[in-house]
Amino acid sequence: MHAVDPARGDPGAPAGKVVFEPDEIRRALTRIAHEILERTDGAADVVLLGIPTRGVPLARRLADRIEQVEGRPVPHGSLDITMYRDDLRLRPARALGRTDVPPGGIDGMVVVLVDDVLYSGRSVRAALDALNDLGRPRAVQLAVLIDRGHRELPVRPDYIGKNLPTSKQEVVRVLLAEVDGEDAVILGRAAARPERGRPDGPREPAGSDT
Amino acid sequence: MNRHLISAADLTRDDALLILDTADELARVSDRPIKKLPTLRGRTVVNLFFEDSTRTRISFEAAAKRLSADVINFSAKGSSVAKGESLKDTALTLEAMGADAVVIRHSASGAPQRLAGWVRGTVVNAGDGAHEHPTQALLDAFTIRRKFGRSSGPAPEGRLPGSRPSGGTALDGLRVTIVGDVLHSRVARSNAWLLTTLGAEVTLVAPPTLLPVAVGTWPCSVSYDLDAALPKSDVVMMLRVQQERMTDAYFPSVREYSRRYGLDAARMAQLPEQAIVMHPGPMNRGVEIAAEVADSARSTIVEQVTNGVSVRMAVLYLLLGGAEAQS
Repeated sequence: MHAVDPARGDPGAPAGKVVFEPDEIRRALTRIAHEILERTDGAADVVLLGIPTRGVPLARRLADRIEQVEGRPVPHGSLDITMYRDDLRLRPARALGRTDVPPGGIDGMVVVLVDDVLYSGRSVRAALDALNDLGRPRAVQLAVLIDRGHRELPVRPDYIGKNLPTSKQEVVRVLLAEVDGEDAVILGRAAARPERGRPDGPREPAGSDT
Repeated sequence: MNRHLISAADLTRDDALLILDTADELARVSDRPIKKLPTLRGRTVVNLFFEDSTRTRISFEAAAKRLSADVINFSAKGSSVAKGESLKDTALTLEAMGADAVVIRHSASGAPQRLAGWVRGTVVNAGDGAHEHPTQALLDAFTIRRKFGRSSGPAPEGRLPGSRPSGGTALDGLRVTIVGDVLHSRVARSNAWLLTTLGAEVTLVAPPTLLPVAVGTWPCSVSYDLDAALPKSDVVMMLRVQQERMTDAYFPSVREYSRRYGLDAARMAQLPEQAIVMHPGPMNRGVEIAAEVADSARSTIVEQVTNGVSVRMAVLYLLLGGAEAQS
């Protein structure tokens, strides 16, 4: 079956240059939380859905920050896009992530999709298809920690932690304490094929080039 | 694991756990208003059934359709097989129609293995003679895992919702007793291998006439005394007495079989508190299992059918969903 277990990916020593320090990640998320509050009039009907793997802890951090400001919890969860990807046939079958929609559902809500890296835009397209099967949100917005450019689809983020100009030969790795034990964004050179050497394995690579 | 699913004995522990974890995620799709995923869009799954079957065929059909595959059902009755077409010619016809996967049920042991040598697509064994029925064993393992809280259910406290699911554990230490017509049962053989691979201790209980000659090579122990085995069982799996395959007198009378090897309420009372009762169906109520046992709270018979769809979705996804294997 050749499925790839992302947990077995070898984090190794992240080679490359740290382009985003833990403090900067913290400040960027705080700013995004405030932008979400402003754009959605207090986030009254917002649902934050993270795209596994690293979008999920980011969505939770954003929910925590909004709660600190507004004093009430914000529903958050995860949206696995594996079964909706357009490149399934290009690689061995992947293990699935978890889709956890908060109990209130997404009908009529403003869904903010949260991902670590925006690259081609294909993950976001898959996420929109997955959402379509879960319900009908009033609006869908997109928050990303890193926008590295090179879009292949007409996708534009609403909230950006950092614009990071890259070449296609480079690899962006986002490390988060919940998954990797530390916070950092690292810009490195692709060693061989871009699938290799990512700390999270091929399914939903860190700095997902997706 | 390889491109086909022919035998439960071929599955490694990691393969089996991957299938079960995947099935856990896919089971959640069944709770959604739209019970469909686009993953196998444009792929064709042929259900090639040379033997009667209700639940397995429908289960595979539902699983393939929930993954958006096109499904062609082929049953031997009313087909050219009735005119004498061979398995090979039938297979080549299906191949010419562009089948990406063939799900085969056949009365001859080994038919799926032969088929795998003739077609380019993936072959899934849906029961061959008295040999194997691997997806039944997988759905049984899945059911046991859920019942004993070992599946990758809700993320444990402190874990992130939706981060990589924790992944369920195997069946280590659970005691499974398989009772009845082991000789004619492909379910028993597949379960003996798979459950052992997953760490369970399997005991077969049957009259000596209903045990295969080579049972000594199976990875499990054998007993002839049901009453002695029950108090030491976490799971009791009752097998159907397959009268249609019996060409000989294997026991004096149905009544005597039922008295010694049937599970009735009094016997069920000997089970440990948490134990469950399984049956692959279809049941002979009053022969191997009493109606009150089949309908009791311990019985997982209906859940087994539900779980079958999720497990078969997982198998089809893992075999067909990714790039073709390089072999």
